[in-house]
Amino acid sequence: MYKLLLCWRYLRTRYIALASIISVMLGVATLIVVNAVMAGSHAEYLKQLHGIHSDLELHVRSMEGAPDAQAHMARIREAAGDKIAGVSPTVQVPAMLGYYIGQQYITRQVMVVGVDEATYASVSNFGGFLKHPDNRERLDFQLKEGGYDSGRLPAEADAAADAAAEPAWPQMKNAGWAYRRMRHPPPVAAAAAPTPEPAPASTSGPTAGPADPFAGLNAVPLPEHDPATMHHVGCVLGIGLVSGRGQDGAKLLYQLPGDDVELTFPSAGRPPKPLSAKFTAVDFYESKVGDYDAACVFVPLADLQRMRGMVDPATGVANFTALQIRLAEGADLSEVRSAVQGLFAERYYYVSTWIDKQGPMLAAIQVETAVLNILLFLIIAVAGFGILAIFYMIVVEKTRDIGILKSLGASSGGVMSIFLTYGLLLGVVGSTVGVIGGLVFVRYLNEIADGIGAAFGMNLFDPDVYPFPKIPTIVDPVTVSWITAGAMLIAVLASVMPARRAAAMHPVAALRWE
Amino acid sequence: MPHANAPAPLLEARGVYKTYHKGAVAAPVLQGVDLAVSPGELLAVVGQSGSGKSTLLHLLATLDRPDAGQVRFEGNRIDNLPASGRDVLRNRHLGMIFQSYHLMPELTALENVLAPAMIRYGVLGYWRRRRSLRERADQLLHTVGLGHRLTHKPRELSGGEMQRTAIARALMSSPRLLLADEPTGNLDRENGDEVLRLLRELNRESGLTVVMVTHDRSIALQADRTVTLSSGRVEVAACAA
Repeated sequence: MYKLLLCWRYLRTRYIALASIISVMLGVATLIVVNAVMAGSHAEYLKQLHGIHSDLELHVRSMEGAPDAQAHMARIREAAGDKIAGVSPTVQVPAMLGYYIGQQYITRQVMVVGVDEATYASVSNFGGFLKHPDNRERLDFQLKEGGYDSGRLPAEADAAADAAAEPAWPQMKNAGWAYRRMRHPPPVAAAAAPTPEPAPASTSGPTAGPADPFAGLNAVPLPEHDPATMHHVGCVLGIGLVSGRGQDGAKLLYQLPGDDVELTFPSAGRPPKPLSAKFTAVDFYESKVGDYDAACVFVPLADLQRMRGMVDPATGVANFTALQIRLAEGADLSEVRSAVQGLFAERYYYVSTWIDKQGPMLAAIQVETAVLNILLFLIIAVAGFGILAIFYMIVVEKTRDIGILKSLGASSGGVMSIFLTYGLLLGVVGSTVGVIGGLVFVRYLNEIADGIGAAFGMNLFDPDVYPFPKIPTIVDPVTVSWITAGAMLIAVLASVMPARRAAAMHPVAALRWE
Repeated sequence: MPHANAPAPLLEARGVYKTYHKGAVAAPVLQGVDLAVSPGELLAVVGQSGSGKSTLLHLLATLDRPDAGQVRFEGNRIDNLPASGRDVLRNRHLGMIFQSYHLMPELTALENVLAPAMIRYGVLGYWRRRRSLRERADQLLHTVGLGHRLTHKPRELSGGEMQRTAIARALMSSPRLLLADEPTGNLDRENGDEVLRLLRELNRESGLTVVMVTHDRSIALQADRTVTLSSGRVEVAACAA
């Protein structure tokens, strides 16, 4: 009983102990905030990456592809039909993207993805990353009249608040047919001569050679191309491919929907030969995951198959290089993965999951979280050493009291537990206040970040950099309990040494202490 | 021999030796002290500073252990008890007061008096008995004339009041034996006399055995019996009135 009373009295009469309470509190609060933000970012990134990728991907090892996507899809559905929500064939080949900035011709290395407009939306959140609202609903690779500036990612929760914000890409306001007509003014009446541009969407160059078995495919006569009213095959460019920052730091687009670009990609022949074709950008893709925004160009699957010569002229069956598979709700990823892998010979096919593709990034977030936790626990450990030093002084100061207690029959264990309880009390008070402070901070994190940003004239959280509009937070009760328990343990451990010293004191020596 | 038919001693020291070591220097303090305290007597132990009287008191109170010899309480050896046994003994059977009072500065007078009970009982046990314990502490403080000082902290009390609080605390567990180490050493004559009168009264009225250590022979005169310590030994066993 005397232990509690004395602890309480010591706590109330020694304000220096509050210093250690405050450091415990700050450590606990920081840990909670950091863990909440890291968990929130991790979850948001997962959501974003899951939106970019389908759950599973069956790849054909050869870029030439394998024939008959329908037959493959049928086999997959047969094996794991109830666990599969959607399958879509794609063709993915590395390519060169070329376009003009002013007079300068720019080439970039890209991955061309031929997507099936009808089914691709069922396997990933592809549409959600596009700029034009109609394309988000259903992509048709047709240039729209305008309306490319309708705000940021629709995946964002509060689109209402977002709409009020300034558009991320002000230039997009001009994009569309109007822009294309402006770039290609109608020819003067006298200019009835054929346009200097070659036939659109047609391959040129080496494929024209007599050895090309697919040459006949492209020999279809096409109507004359009028750039003011017609466009080439549509393509969706990753926004990172055509954007940059001007000298003043403003974000610039070098191309807009309505501009023509050139793609050079390998044919499906043996050996593959480079093919070039003109495409018209009809929309941009912005997932804010840099790797994808600066690497992918999406084109219609059928056109890509035709251009690469992947269609068997006899049967009309086309090759594909990958099948995108989306799982039904609650299906087990690795289970379906093994089922699909079991269907096809590993020599020719391999299966990957969406987690495989971003393994390093997700692992990096986890490592960051772990390291931050260690560092921040060191802060609490520093608080622990503060408690140790302060308690040591209190034990020295209270030497006579310890002698009195012992002369009154208090055991060494009892004297020790005064200081251990005192330490625990500091830990409990410090971490309780810390938890409350941390949770309040997390709750108002975005408001606080905005406030600090406004006060110091800098943007603490730039939504252009991250694939989420606000700082995401997730408070995990288990993490919070671990942090609290850890802080209390450190406080108690720090008081062990002073407490042992107090317990070991000789009563006579303690009583004589002046 | 006046002690021929005396009852068995309440407290007894037999051939007690104690040497303190300060580095390599050994300072022999007690060199074979024999002492017997009869129940109900008020014994004064007098001696010069450094004669070892405080050390003897600490040994009698089991706050320290003799190098050789025995200390017996009610016929049982107590110097070789384990720590827990000595803690219980000090808590329930011995009362102690000191020259510099040794009250806990953070506690009120009442809480200081309650301290032995708080040490004795756990939280629950104390909670159950809190009324009766408080009543007893209250009554003890009234007995020593401090009924109006219950909630005062030690720093708000005078020296005499602090010592009387300490006496109330020593009586909390109703011990049979009170050990007093220079109880009047820090007090003026008036307050010292008041404390001595109180001890005398307790000795007479409730048969409390008191062993009082002092360097002041005039104070020792008020005792039943005086024992003089000189260079670590009992000099003469003189009988006072």
